[in-house]
Amino acid sequence: MKKILMLLAALGVVAGTMPAAMADPASDLKQFQAFFKNKFPTVAFDEYSNGLYALPGLEEYREQWTISNEFPPYELGLSLGKKLWETPFKNGKNFANCFKNGGKNIAQGYPYWDEGSQKIRTAEMDLMDCAKKNGENFSFLTADLSKEQGPRVQLAQLTAYFYSLSQGQRVKIDVSSPGALKAYEDGKKYWWQRRGQLNFACANCHMDLAGKNFGGNQPLSAALGHTTAWPAQRLEWGRLETIHQRYATCNSQVRAKPFKHGSEIYNHLQLYETYMSSGLPLTAPAMRN
Amino acid sequence: MADIQTKIRTKTQGDVTDVLVLVDHPMETGQRPDPKDKDKKVPAHYIQKLTFSVNGKEVVSSDLGPAVSKDPLVGIKLKGAKPGDKIQVNWSDNTGKSGSGEATVG
Repeated sequence: MKKILMLLAALGVVAGTMPAAMADPASDLKQFQAFFKNKFPTVAFDEYSNGLYALPGLEEYREQWTISNEFPPYELGLSLGKKLWETPFKNGKNFANCFKNGGKNIAQGYPYWDEGSQKIRTAEMDLMDCAKKNGENFSFLTADLSKEQGPRVQLAQLTAYFYSLSQGQRVKIDVSSPGALKAYEDGKKYWWQRRGQLNFACANCHMDLAGKNFGGNQPLSAALGHTTAWPAQRLEWGRLETIHQRYATCNSQVRAKPFKHGSEIYNHLQLYETYMSSGLPLTAPAMRN
Repeated sequence: MADIQTKIRTKTQGDVTDVLVLVDHPMETGQRPDPKDKDKKVPAHYIQKLTFSVNGKEVVSSDLGPAVSKDPLVGIKLKGAKPGDKIQVNWSDNTGKSGSGEATVG
């Protein structure tokens, strides 16, 4: 009962701030993280980077996860990503030349608001742009990433390697500019909005039902720390995948029509989720259920 | 085949060394329908033989088959391996492809 009241309070706050033009991400963040602190008082803050394995009641999953981390299968995909990252383009440059600091320790700032294009930019977008600018024609540049698994997985492997260069860095993104704030509001709205035949909002499963099961044996993770592990390899999929693919499958699990890979709404959702995980260390790539 | 990865990892505890091998292999059974053409089957492609050798001497020979999962992880426990010993893994599949990996006991 207490939990329901708390969720109602959280929803009420969101509804309350929605009509106001000025959003306050900082206080949203405080509330969001306090929600999980109250819900799982025994879980240390940094542990949320380990996804559902940090939550009480899922110890069996954690045991299996710890064993699979001895020699995680994503290493195969990760080394393909590494190879792609290091292979020079036709003009002699490589992916590292497109990024500050050679791509090291910068992934904690993604996704970010780009004033030039007035859009939110994700790591995937920057990597694709980098390849395009240097005249490369990888299949993931032209393919429909929602439908074609091969090119999408290749992009996921590359992104996974990019994130692995920043492992352990704490998430810190800037949503202070008016454009970013608008995108943040959009993502927040998506997060709290119910959808699909099952009529679930993201928040229903990943906040008030976190740590419980969805339709049988699908354990639900806590929203806090979601983005720190992606691109990740799910046991069910057996390959590295992008976070947008996860959002799409999450949508179809509640029987809502998924959006396209790389669509703006997913970028905004990723921005909101990442901002809510501010301060957590990056662990991508990782194994997930 | 150079483009199929074979990764090895070793871990020594006491006098027992754990050797784990991860092979990037599709392990197709030959039973799965082709997603593009429902009348056809994806041709079988799986590892048949996987051997471990220490310093050139074969210690384990295993017969794998289509029942083994994609990207198989195979492990053995070695007794009395010394630091510096070279562990080699060789595998061959039903299409005649083969691969190998090497690691040194640390």
